Amino acid sequence: MEPSDALKLLQNGVPISWYLTLSAVLFATGVAGFLFRRNIITVFMCIELMLNAVNLSFIAFAHQHRQVSGQLFTFFVMVVAAAEAAVGLAIILTVFRNRSTLNIDEINTLRN
Amino acid sequence: MYKLWLIPALPFIGFLINGIFGRRLSKTVINAVAVLSVVLSFLWVVKTGFASDWGAKELHSHYFTWIQSGNFRVGWNYSVDKLTMIMLMIVTGIGSLIHIYSTGYMAHEEGYYRFFAYLNLFMFFMLTLVLAGNYLLLFVGWEGVGLCSYLLIGFYFVKKSATNAGNKAFIVNRIGDFGFSLAIFLIVVNFGTLEFRPVFAAAPGKPVETLTAIALLLLVGAAGKSAQIPLYVWLPDAMEGPTPVSALIHAATMVTAGVYMCTRSAAIFTHAPIAMETVALIGLATAVFAATIGITQYDIKKVFAYSTVSQLGYMFLGVGVGAFSAGIWHLMTHAFFKALLFLGAGSVIHACHGEQDMRHMGGLRKYAPITMWTLLCASLAISGVPPLAGFWSKDAILVATYQHAPWMFWVGAATAGITAFYVFRAFFMTFLGEYKGHGHPHESPASMWAPLVALAALSIGGGYFFNVPKILSGMFPLAEEPDNPMLLAVSIGVGVLGIAIAYYMYVVNTELPARVASAFGSLYTLVYNKYFVDEVYDAAIVHPIVEGSTTVLWHGVDQGVIDGIVNGVGYQSRGIGGILRLVQSGNIRSYATWVVLGSVALLLVLGIAKGAF
Repeated sequence: MEPSDALKLLQNGVPISWYLTLSAVLFATGVAGFLFRRNIITVFMCIELMLNAVNLSFIAFAHQHRQVSGQLFTFFVMVVAAAEAAVGLAIILTVFRNRSTLNIDEINTLRN
Repeated sequence: MYKLWLIPALPFIGFLINGIFGRRLSKTVINAVAVLSVVLSFLWVVKTGFASDWGAKELHSHYFTWIQSGNFRVGWNYSVDKLTMIMLMIVTGIGSLIHIYSTGYMAHEEGYYRFFAYLNLFMFFMLTLVLAGNYLLLFVGWEGVGLCSYLLIGFYFVKKSATNAGNKAFIVNRIGDFGFSLAIFLIVVNFGTLEFRPVFAAAPGKPVETLTAIALLLLVGAAGKSAQIPLYVWLPDAMEGPTPVSALIHAATMVTAGVYMCTRSAAIFTHAPIAMETVALIGLATAVFAATIGITQYDIKKVFAYSTVSQLGYMFLGVGVGAFSAGIWHLMTHAFFKALLFLGAGSVIHACHGEQDMRHMGGLRKYAPITMWTLLCASLAISGVPPLAGFWSKDAILVATYQHAPWMFWVGAATAGITAFYVFRAFFMTFLGEYKGHGHPHESPASMWAPLVALAALSIGGGYFFNVPKILSGMFPLAEEPDNPMLLAVSIGVGVLGIAIAYYMYVVNTELPARVASAFGSLYTLVYNKYFVDEVYDAAIVHPIVEGSTTVLWHGVDQGVIDGIVNGVGYQSRGIGGILRLVQSGNIRSYATWVVLGSVALLLVLGIAKGAF
């Protein structure tokens, strides 16, 4: 990176495409984890990862467009995610106590 | 006012009381309600008769408007003129006698209250029929008596043959009623009203074709109700009902409704010569046809049933040749002697403990003298022996027939001879000779023979004292008395001859009938089996309809098309659902995969659409 480029970055901030690319990578990682992992806790963490990827793009756009609504949405998502974490972990704990397993493919009692 | 509505309302009240509470009432109360309601109705008819100078002063009562549609109006109207008066007297008078008789005849039967409730309901509808002031109300009574006829034929409903006979009567009558309803529609279209007076007043001005169509369709209805060719087949089977029913409904009153209706519609018929000729021919053909069958039957009620069909043919012959009042005269005298014949037959059956086959009777002269003497009066009356009732009316019809067409007269006279023969055949087989049955025959109780005596008196004097053509001369001009003693001689002669032959064959030389039967061989078999008309109808009409309904309508249309469509939609839905349910695996991650793939696909499409790639 040229010194002038670094100066530009400091002056104008990081370009939005960088944020969005990071967000997409994070989201794709989350999706992949969600689809291919078997452990519930890992799946759960992947969901959190996707939420935070979305949060990142919200913030990036909010900064870009100078609008506060993106940040507001992020707060909402964080609140929901916190609640979800509380409930989800409670469920996972109970499941583990009852079934002694965290393999998502074995927890399908309601299926038929 | 004259309160004409009381005449049918009284039996209707009797029907309601016996029909609703009859199960809990004692026989005495049921008898009192049933008989009194009809007798009171009879008395009210008599009172109305005095008040209206026996119909000379016409009474018209309008109770309420039944149907109102634009200019078209049908009211619940009762009218009384001389014709109605005669019918009212016959229906309530004979009806009262038969109700009294029934209390004795039905005393040991199941469903006692049911029988009298139906009988009273029949009286209500029959009286509505004759009192009606328009065609629609007449049709109400017409259908009502048909219903009661059905219910009473099938009275012994545990017997398969009785329910079949009831169904047959009902279905055959539907064919006739279809014609009648078409006639009513034609009248509405052409006259704009159904009230008798305006229709008959306007009839002479209408085109002959219209009147002929209406008259012929009315005849179809009349042929169904009054058992004429080709719709007579239900009446002989109708004898499955209790004997008083055969007497009241299937001999004296209901089956004459067709004759009454044609006479009532005389204004239409007289202006449709082709229809008149058809009526005469059908009547004559029926008279001959049924009379020949009557010769060979052994069931006493069947003999009288075919006799009824034959005599109804006579009435239609009278109507057809223009002698309306002679037809009504014969209707009246026939009601007397045929009711008596049937009630007498009932008394004979009662005496023989339910036996109806005449070959197992005989010699009842000793055991049931009153029945014998009264039945003798009826038999002489139907044979046309002067001065009994049947002679007058039959002679009037024959004379009118001779003036219309001599060949018809000779056929009619021959039929009269056959009638005399088979009626006396039945009489001799039943009362003379030795008793050939089982058990001890006995005379019937007074409640049964008293009506017989009353009807015997009417059968003797009814024709002479009630000269219907004179009474109706205001409505139907009197025919000129022809100066031809030959006619009188023939009409008496054939009757006496028929009786003499019957006496010779069934009393003097009792071997002869079997020899005659074997001599005629196949002809005898043909007649004995009623010309196989039932079988022909079965093969030509009933079987194809049943087969067609089963294969085409049931298996083809209903099961194939209608059920096919409904079930097909169901099967297809299930098939598609079966494919779609593979997508809904219940596995969250597979859904998620679908969501991701869908999102990617959507993005790709949008990207291509925007030209990003």
